[in-house]
Amino acid sequence: MPVDQSLVGRTFPPTAPYDVTEDGLAAFATSTGTPYAAGGPAPATYPIVVAFAAMQELMVDPEVGIELHHVVHGDQRFVHERPVVAGDRLVAELTVESLRQIGGADIIATTSAITDASGALVCTAKATLVHKAGA
Amino acid sequence: MGTEIEPRTYRVTRADLVAYAAASGDQNPIHQDEAIATAVGLPGVIAHGMYTLALAARYVDEWIGEPGHVVELAAKFTKPVVVPAGDDGTEVTVSGVADERDGVRTVALTVTSGDDKVLGNPRAVLRG
Repeated sequence: MPVDQSLVGRTFPPTAPYDVTEDGLAAFATSTGTPYAAGGPAPATYPIVVAFAAMQELMVDPEVGIELHHVVHGDQRFVHERPVVAGDRLVAELTVESLRQIGGADIIATTSAITDASGALVCTAKATLVHKAGA
Repeated sequence: MGTEIEPRTYRVTRADLVAYAAASGDQNPIHQDEAIATAVGLPGVIAHGMYTLALAARYVDEWIGEPGHVVELAAKFTKPVVVPAGDDGTEVTVSGVADERDGVRTVALTVTSGDDKVLGNPRAVLRG
């Protein structure tokens, strides 16, 4: 069953605060071989850690009706207000921007605002999720 | 126009994907388990799309010489990067063209694995 249009404009509750640690940053940078100095700045794709948690909240919500194993990541965009550094406490708040149905797939465009402990915007992460219902 | 940046080739192994899964929190088994990947119709274990995008960001950081200069990064995930078992894994090659317009520095990237372009329109915008 296609995802219902009423999802458009919905903003999900913020994710649980995520503490960026020195070890976590180093592990992320090491796994992708990315240049990294202790403490940060983090690799440019690091905010996916928080954005991914927000996307999971969307995908597991029974009201949304997404089958988790039928979702692929269509595209991703990051706009950084400042680099993430160790010591940041980040939350992501995901909003569904648009929903289209093409060829039996739901194309779900999302924007996650990633903010720090002061509430300041650190990064905007835009992801398109492609859901092939009942595929 | 713009300035061509020397291509770089990065080796990707399943051990890298396991390490990335732990570091990123994305434990989807299609990135680690051959049986599950093939069961959902994939040719084998594939890299996380975000792993490949991270390599694109790495390439820009290596070109600049230090991290923290990328203010925008974007791509479409167009083709999977299949990662065979073993220490050889596979290779991902990144190249780029740097440009500056109206004071905005950009890098248009090309990311390939084998004969395939694996990212669509990958691009980075740099801090001025």
